[in-house]
Amino acid sequence: MADQSLATPAPAARASNVSALKRFFQATEIDTRLLGMVIALGIIWIGFDVLSNGLFLTSRNLWNLSVQAASVSVMATGMVLVIVTRNIDLSVGSILGFVGMIMAVLQARILPPIIGFEHPLMWVIALSAGIAVGTAIGAFHGAIIAFLGVPAFIVTLGGLLVWRGAAWMVTSGATVAPMDTTYRLMGGGADGSIGVTASWIVGIVACVLIVLSILNTRKQRRRFGFPLRPLWAEYFLVAFGCAAILGAVWVANSYYMPVNLAKKYAETHGIAWPEGGLQIGLGIAIPVLIAIGIAMFMAFITNRTRFGRYVFAIGGNPEAAELAGIKVKWVTVKMFALMGALCAVAAAISTARLNAATNAQGTLDELYTIAAAVIGGTSLAGGVGTIAGAMLGAVVMQSLNSGMVLLGLDTPLQSIVIGIVLVVAVWLDTVYRARAK
Amino acid sequence: MTEERTPLVEMRNVSISFGGIHAVDDASVDLFPGEVVALLGHNGAGKSTLIKILSGAYKRDNGDILINGDFADIHNPRDAKKYGIETIYQTLAVADNVDAAANLYLGRELRTPWGTLDDVAMEAKAREVMGRLNPNFQRFKEPVKALSGGQRQSVAIARAILFDARILIMDEPTAALGPQETAQVGELILQLKKEGIGIFLISHDIHDVFDLADRVFVMKNGRVVGHARTQDVTKDEVLGMIILGKCPPGAVPGPGAMQTA
Repeated sequence: MADQSLATPAPAARASNVSALKRFFQATEIDTRLLGMVIALGIIWIGFDVLSNGLFLTSRNLWNLSVQAASVSVMATGMVLVIVTRNIDLSVGSILGFVGMIMAVLQARILPPIIGFEHPLMWVIALSAGIAVGTAIGAFHGAIIAFLGVPAFIVTLGGLLVWRGAAWMVTSGATVAPMDTTYRLMGGGADGSIGVTASWIVGIVACVLIVLSILNTRKQRRRFGFPLRPLWAEYFLVAFGCAAILGAVWVANSYYMPVNLAKKYAETHGIAWPEGGLQIGLGIAIPVLIAIGIAMFMAFITNRTRFGRYVFAIGGNPEAAELAGIKVKWVTVKMFALMGALCAVAAAISTARLNAATNAQGTLDELYTIAAAVIGGTSLAGGVGTIAGAMLGAVVMQSLNSGMVLLGLDTPLQSIVIGIVLVVAVWLDTVYRARAK
Repeated sequence: MTEERTPLVEMRNVSISFGGIHAVDDASVDLFPGEVVALLGHNGAGKSTLIKILSGAYKRDNGDILINGDFADIHNPRDAKKYGIETIYQTLAVADNVDAAANLYLGRELRTPWGTLDDVAMEAKAREVMGRLNPNFQRFKEPVKALSGGQRQSVAIARAILFDARILIMDEPTAALGPQETAQVGELILQLKKEGIGIFLISHDIHDVFDLADRVFVMKNGRVVGHARTQDVTKDEVLGMIILGKCPPGAVPGPGAMQTA
């Protein structure tokens, strides 16, 4: 009797809990799918941290992880659009290799006799040339796909072979090094980071932008008398967003220069070497800033421009898009050109980081890129995908990679784990989507 | 008679064939402002194909299209829209993965002074138009995939009237709808008619359209059997045109009419 009377309120209480949670998600308009990914990433991080006895969740490891994920995440943002339109691009790794070679040869062999070594504009010329070549290659692929009607899978499979071969032919297989000093900043490292103060400034500017964008949304919705989000939800979003950003900046700032570099730094800046060593925070790495900038740019393109709208409409119903008067073929060409440009940016990050270009650079990157996009919730059936998801997907992939390296797992075993994770992630997503219907 | 006026649309001797099959053969139809013309025929009679030529989805092999008496150059859906021709397709051509407002404005998005999409303005206008058509419609934030057939249909119709269509083509507009929604579409058609819009209704089911239409054109095997004012013929006579190709006395025979006596 007593048991029963105690037990009865429980279901009701749970029901109100569930609806409270539901109301919370409705009010804040948080994408539960994305939230699930963040939680999954958290579990992966904590799991590796426990298994590696606290080696994983160190500022050093997280900083390195962010730099390592930069190149693939840049390409993954473009891959989202490609996959959303029911296409695929298998050639991104090879384009990266070829464009990287072009940029390296430009700055190490062709330009120095003309404008001299370490010319201040060297990196601008190399990068612009690389982006131009990447865009042209992408547009070329896109034109074949759109106007000649060859499936994207085949065109880019051909591209994978062609551009890998072309990368070899540029220097007959020889590795090109070293890169221009300024160019190398794009690869990160102690020099390629913006330092503590600048990192805090970037973090604070980002927080201000969050507040402004929320204010702007409210203003817009008020303009047409639409229902507004409750105030507490807005405060929560601002607080959560700012905490996440400033936390990330704090982590980046807590990674100090390795002792050797710090000593050199002290020497050049005439600082006496203190007893306990010098602690100079690195701050956010430039490649990470580039990747975040690209992600913001791509999110803007997908959500706020006609081009992005068309990409999604084509993915949802190509026939309807054509009948609505969208120039589907041109959108396809533009999209692949954009993908090519992103490959060039990734190539710059990758070659700058390695301080060299090899003909094998970016091998298998196409698969990591596609995996990042797909783990990030991009549906291969087309029409669905987000830039933020792809970035998270890239971080998940890189976390698995570096976590397993920390644990000392053999490379073959790493491949096996990543392969399994990819399949399981997509299966879970399928289950989630089936339920959401 | 109405023939004195200039037709809003006139398709003259239009033909198209796909791999040797004459899908549409020497067909002529016309439509006047504020008139509802039903285009009837069996599945495969060529009515959808004929109308897709008008809406720019197919290119005709022969024949002319005149809009307000002038020769019109229609090569793709964009050209057709320039002449105020809007089409609501049988397959409900909407992009399933984006919301109602995005579908309403697909291909002609509203933009802010900076050239970015003005989603809020589009949603506001979408709410206004949808409120007129289907006051119960509230799901503006969801992808169209989540909507019922009738709701999707109202999105498709709203899309057409949003752009001040002068010529509206509706391909089996009520095929996917329940009785109540069908009645709604009927009312809507009468309302559009009052505004002086010319409407082509395409159907294989005479009962769907006979009461709404002012005139009927009947097609069979790619050819026009004939046309008639609905007040001059009975449903049974029109059925005879559809099934046998037999022209009743009240109808004007076309090239596809059965040659008897």
